[in-house]
Amino acid sequence: MAVMTYLEAIRETLRQELRRDNRIIIYGEDVGVRGGVFRVTEGLQAEFGEERVIDSPLAEAAIIGTAIGAAVNGLRPVPEIQFADFIFPAINQIVQEAARIRYRSNGDFGVPLVIRAPFGGGVHGALYHSQSVEAFFAHVPGLKVVIPATPYDAKGLLASAIQDEDPVLYFEHKAAYRSLKGEVPDERYLIPIGKADLKREGKDLSIITYGLMVSYAQRAAETLDKEGISVEILDLRTIRPLDVEAILDTAKKTGRVLVVHEDNLTGGIGGEVSALIAEHALFYLDAPIMRLAGPDVPAMPYSPPLEHAFMVTPDKIAEAARKLAKF
Amino acid sequence: MADNSVTPELQKDIYYHMALARALDDRMWILNRQGRAPVVYSSNGHEAAQVGSAFALNRGEDWIVPYYRDLALVLAYGMTPREIMLHLLGKADDPNSGGRQMPAHWGLKRRHILTTGSVVATQDIHAAGLALASKILKDGRVSVAYFGEGSTSQGEFHEALNFAAVHKLPVIFFNENNGYAISVPARKQMAVMDVAARASGYGMPGVIVDGNDPLKVYEVTRQARERALAGEGPTLIEAKTYRFVPHSSDDDDRAYRSREEVAEWKKRDPLTTFEKYVLENQILSADEHAAMQKKIKETVNDATDFAEKAALPDPSTLELHVYH
Repeated sequence: MAVMTYLEAIRETLRQELRRDNRIIIYGEDVGVRGGVFRVTEGLQAEFGEERVIDSPLAEAAIIGTAIGAAVNGLRPVPEIQFADFIFPAINQIVQEAARIRYRSNGDFGVPLVIRAPFGGGVHGALYHSQSVEAFFAHVPGLKVVIPATPYDAKGLLASAIQDEDPVLYFEHKAAYRSLKGEVPDERYLIPIGKADLKREGKDLSIITYGLMVSYAQRAAETLDKEGISVEILDLRTIRPLDVEAILDTAKKTGRVLVVHEDNLTGGIGGEVSALIAEHALFYLDAPIMRLAGPDVPAMPYSPPLEHAFMVTPDKIAEAARKLAKF
Repeated sequence: MADNSVTPELQKDIYYHMALARALDDRMWILNRQGRAPVVYSSNGHEAAQVGSAFALNRGEDWIVPYYRDLALVLAYGMTPREIMLHLLGKADDPNSGGRQMPAHWGLKRRHILTTGSVVATQDIHAAGLALASKILKDGRVSVAYFGEGSTSQGEFHEALNFAAVHKLPVIFFNENNGYAISVPARKQMAVMDVAARASGYGMPGVIVDGNDPLKVYEVTRQARERALAGEGPTLIEAKTYRFVPHSSDDDDRAYRSREEVAEWKKRDPLTTFEKYVLENQILSADEHAAMQKKIKETVNDATDFAEKAALPDPSTLELHVYH
């Protein structure tokens, strides 16, 4: 067991998986010699060679499209999209091809494929290096969408994603890469996709969230604890498929739900989570469901005051939770 | 006709598949006009390009990634006439998709025909990806993407060629240039005369071939395959051809091309031209030809009857195969 950053956990998992199964290949822009713009794949090309860790041409649709073909023909591709914001040139390949190949072939073909992409803001990335794009993909049957919140989860979820027979989008928060540290076992382990994780038990209200916001919610919960408000935190871990049972369980338990995400409010995962609770647990609630999310502006601006105004922070979470507790 | 090294048996087989494809195709239009098949996409006119290229491959082992025009191709590649008719009629046992996709969206793992969607040029990249795996796994397979000239306006066509050329992948890009993307003529798709001219921009050979001559198509495809297997990378083949029918059974081509133009091309109908060739060169005797015609008619009738009697999908299967 070693203490690792979130980024190191991802890198060491990729290394372990590449050693375990020689059908796995990694490719994307700058992932080889440079080890990726965030260094996630640093050293992997040196260990596994240019044929398994490939610097691809700068064309996202080609990265994903070739990965689909390679997956059909026996490999387990783990392509990287350099920033989640750059995934849109490949959206047809993901949504209408990868996600649909099993369905449209009536189960004849499958696409075991993991698309890794750094996402999220708060790192001065501006409109095209800060976005949360998960809701676009969470809408699509045939895809799985995974967003780890800790180094431990990053490892177990990535190993599960690579083992999965279907296309999985694996989103890594850039601000988590070096800020989050934690113990990560050396041996391989799997965290099931589609299962949420109760990160903190509490009795007054539930915060349902995922990704970097889990650690922000934990900081808010510690503040609130001192004020006598007991907060439960459910980390969704997977936003498609959602763990409906875990969502309803925590809603029924505390009767007050705050859904938090950095992605903008309208059409975000919070809407789906809220609808599930409203449909199936309404009469357990003591307060209306509350959502705290990024504002409905096209993307995150660059200049620090604007960026800060966009970001969901531990303070904003604590403030929302106080209001909910008082309702 | 090209003088060639193709054996008489192979030429017979090529002719048989071209003729069977045309007969199946004709039957589909009849079914459509009778209200028994909702929509038809035809390979009528493209048979030489499709069957000639298919026979140059290791059929069922090499990967093909077809598009909607490729009925004759998938037939030559081992999809049975019954399977083709099941697909047309959206029946439960349609091996392409179990009745989920509209007709002419081919895919059959058993024969290494990759499933395809409707957005054009997406399949070009898949072929490159299949070939990427072949290169890494050293499985000796070549992959071939088939596509119309209209789709070469798509970015993904260019991305596929570039990716394949950079990585010297064992892939062939096979263009069936019939001059029209539904109604839009090739001169409004590109400012160059030939699709093959694109190849030089990506560092691969671009080969133009008479797409109405199956033996010439066979030969250029065979050469491209050898080049791919030798590790020399991809080839872009442009087979110049023509479709004799509208884009689909819902189209009316009188709106965009003259009857004189169609009649002019019809003089070079690949099926009648090759038929004349195999008969005149005694590759096929008159008796053999008659027997073949009879067999084709029986095969088409059998496939039609079989598919019409087959069950439609059960609505309870709607949610199957979303995930593994």
